[in-house]
Amino acid sequence: MRPFTTTATLMALGVATLLSAQAAWAQGHGYTPADIESGGLLYQANCTGCHGPEGDGVAGVNLGSGRFRRGTADEEIARLIISGVPGTAMPPSTFSEAQATWIVAYLRSLADAGPSGPVAVGDRTRGKAVFEGKGQCLTCHSVAGVGSRVAPVLTEIGSLRRTVELQRSLLEPSAEIRTDNRFARAVLRDGTTTTGRLMNQDTFTVQLLDAKERLVLLDRANVREFVVLKESPMPSYKDRLTPSELADVIGYLAGLRIRR
Amino acid sequence: MTGRACRAALCIVLAIGAGVSSLQAQVAFDRILRAERTPDEWLTYNGGLSGQRHSGLTQITPANVKNLELQWVFQARSLEKFEASPIVVDGILYTVQAPNDVIALDAATGRVFWVYTYTPSPLARLCCGRVNRGLAILDQTLFMATIDGRLIALDAKNGGVLWNVAVGGARAEAGYSFTVAPLVVKDKVVIGTAGGEYGVRGFLAAFDAKTGREAWRFDTVPGPGEPGNQTWSGESWKTGGGSVWVTGTYDPELNLTYWGIGNPGPDWNGDQRLGDNLYSDSVVALDADTGRMKWHFQFTPHDVYDYDSVQVPVLADIPWQGRARKVMLFANRNGYFYVLDRTTGEFLLGRPFAKTTWTTGLDAKGRPQNMVPLSETGTQIFPGVQGATNWYSPSFSPRTGLFYVPVWADTYSTFTKRPVEFKEGQRFTGALPGMPIRLLQPSPVVNRRRPEEGHGAIQAIDPKTGTKTWEFTMTDVIDAGVLTTASDLVFSGNREGYVFALDAKTGALLWRANVGGQASNSPITFAVGGRQHVAIAAGSSLFVYALRQEGR
Repeated sequence: MRPFTTTATLMALGVATLLSAQAAWAQGHGYTPADIESGGLLYQANCTGCHGPEGDGVAGVNLGSGRFRRGTADEEIARLIISGVPGTAMPPSTFSEAQATWIVAYLRSLADAGPSGPVAVGDRTRGKAVFEGKGQCLTCHSVAGVGSRVAPVLTEIGSLRRTVELQRSLLEPSAEIRTDNRFARAVLRDGTTTTGRLMNQDTFTVQLLDAKERLVLLDRANVREFVVLKESPMPSYKDRLTPSELADVIGYLAGLRIRR
Repeated sequence: MTGRACRAALCIVLAIGAGVSSLQAQVAFDRILRAERTPDEWLTYNGGLSGQRHSGLTQITPANVKNLELQWVFQARSLEKFEASPIVVDGILYTVQAPNDVIALDAATGRVFWVYTYTPSPLARLCCGRVNRGLAILDQTLFMATIDGRLIALDAKNGGVLWNVAVGGARAEAGYSFTVAPLVVKDKVVIGTAGGEYGVRGFLAAFDAKTGREAWRFDTVPGPGEPGNQTWSGESWKTGGGSVWVTGTYDPELNLTYWGIGNPGPDWNGDQRLGDNLYSDSVVALDADTGRMKWHFQFTPHDVYDYDSVQVPVLADIPWQGRARKVMLFANRNGYFYVLDRTTGEFLLGRPFAKTTWTTGLDAKGRPQNMVPLSETGTQIFPGVQGATNWYSPSFSPRTGLFYVPVWADTYSTFTKRPVEFKEGQRFTGALPGMPIRLLQPSPVVNRRRPEEGHGAIQAIDPKTGTKTWEFTMTDVIDAGVLTTASDLVFSGNREGYVFALDAKTGALLWRANVGGQASNSPITFAVGGRQHVAIAAGSSLFVYALRQEGR
């Protein structure tokens, strides 16, 4: 088989991590963490509008349950994603077989990870106050253009992430860092250091959004040392917020939805 | 020139009006045989019948390559990958706009002379894009094979159809398709069928260049009673794949044409086709007049990893253990670099050029040992499903004696064995392997790779030892071929949207330009008006460079 056609255009998405990538692989669907991540990006960019981040946005349909009404084999589900379901609101898509399979990989990973568990979802208004006040989240993040541009934009994060993912990102921000949310540090030959969000890179250059919100291109010829950080610059809020404050912040973030 | 192409009176006017026209576009086969000695032209897919993709042009040098300047751009009206490698004849560049439109342009300026539009059947089924890799020419006829199973001959002067034939058995709705650039050998046009993901039964076929009548056929999966059929359990030969989708090569002294054969079907479940599955993942040497096989060599017997062996079989005459030998250099998708005797098919050398875990190594005859079976729960294998290299052309430079190959280094996939039922026209592959390389990338190019997922490279390999002389390492993988020149330059492009030149002796980067789209073909070079040009497609466009002219 030749290289697959890659036509999808995706938006860079938010901060949270995919909990279940390793689990799904270990449980034998044969998907790699990268498949699941790619599927998650596609799902979040194309499916959450109707199905919601938890996969339960359509009445009577729960894509995160691991059981599908119209098929059992992964290939069948992938075909449905491509063909749509006639007579329903589910339209056909232009996904390649590989892309549809990645979406199935992502949905399987949701089921393999088990139910989201008891994520406490508190009061949205109180959460907003904690987010903007005690949590100091706007120091790095932004919502609807308010805040810093350095960390991922959270304006629509509630449409893109499950509450369990929001919770994990708040408690263990370094547990899994999506490839589009990595930070990197470059030490230049003149000794200066630049740290920022890794926007892109290639064989010859690196593109960062630095701490001063500047889009910076570095020529690798001028870079002495380049490290992609394994630790997120975001602190854990495990001990910084009370459990009820955490629940309120999750409630606030979960309510930040795509407006249609 | 036929009456259909031009009226006699007009022909005379053309001949008088343009001093060169009496020489134009008479590409007798002798001229193709000598292609490597007339480097101003680029007469075949790989520039010559040996498949070396090496040019004798020397105007662009390591010292002046930094002065390359964009001359013109052809923007294809297609979002498919631009995989076609152009041919250049007497100052005219011919190429294909995917899927099957043929374009003739002035090679110096890029201005279009004519466009031949062909709309293939919507029933055509392709695993990996409605693409085409290029044309062949003989006399003044261009040949294009289509994704819906046809072979078309066009007048090179005006794009008029001379003949258009349905190739026998190549039913588009059953997954047969042609994406290959044809190879002209003497008075015949040779093509092979794609469709290895649809359970086709692969073949190579030769057609009379004048009429399109089929002259011979070689089934890449032998039928009952034919040698090799016993390497397929039960009826599995009927859906055995063995597709052909990259242009082969030809040795005129031996009168043998060499072709790499694709994967067996279903791709990722070998239980349904027990045995070695000849001639999948092999190179075959066929008598060019009859199509009869002289020898074969199978790189990956009973493949379950999709290691198509369609890479260009590069022919070279090199010193081998103290004497000159006619060899074939073959960097295989399975991660091994091979040297074969091309007269007999004898295995001379095999060494990995990337991380390989599917076998513990090759025996004295080149057969892989202890191949790793797939499990139903997922088996991680290096190289991954895209291989350690793929269809894009390698190059051999007789000057440096080195073989140059684009590499996916240290990439892997997780393969899962699952049964699959054959239904005509549907994919017949088994479970799609998981790939850590993100084929799904935002467009334009944004690189989300992690370093542990492997990287791209161009390697220079010494064929005498199979060892690496140098490697040019890239952060992302590569989908483009390489071209070498007699001034010791290597040209290529990459997924990151660069086209670039390296020093053929050292691998040092000498020039690069950002053209902003993935290069998915192999560069060519030619000269027109006394100026050497280099052409490579990236994204949807063909970019053509030459040295900046003084005083302009």
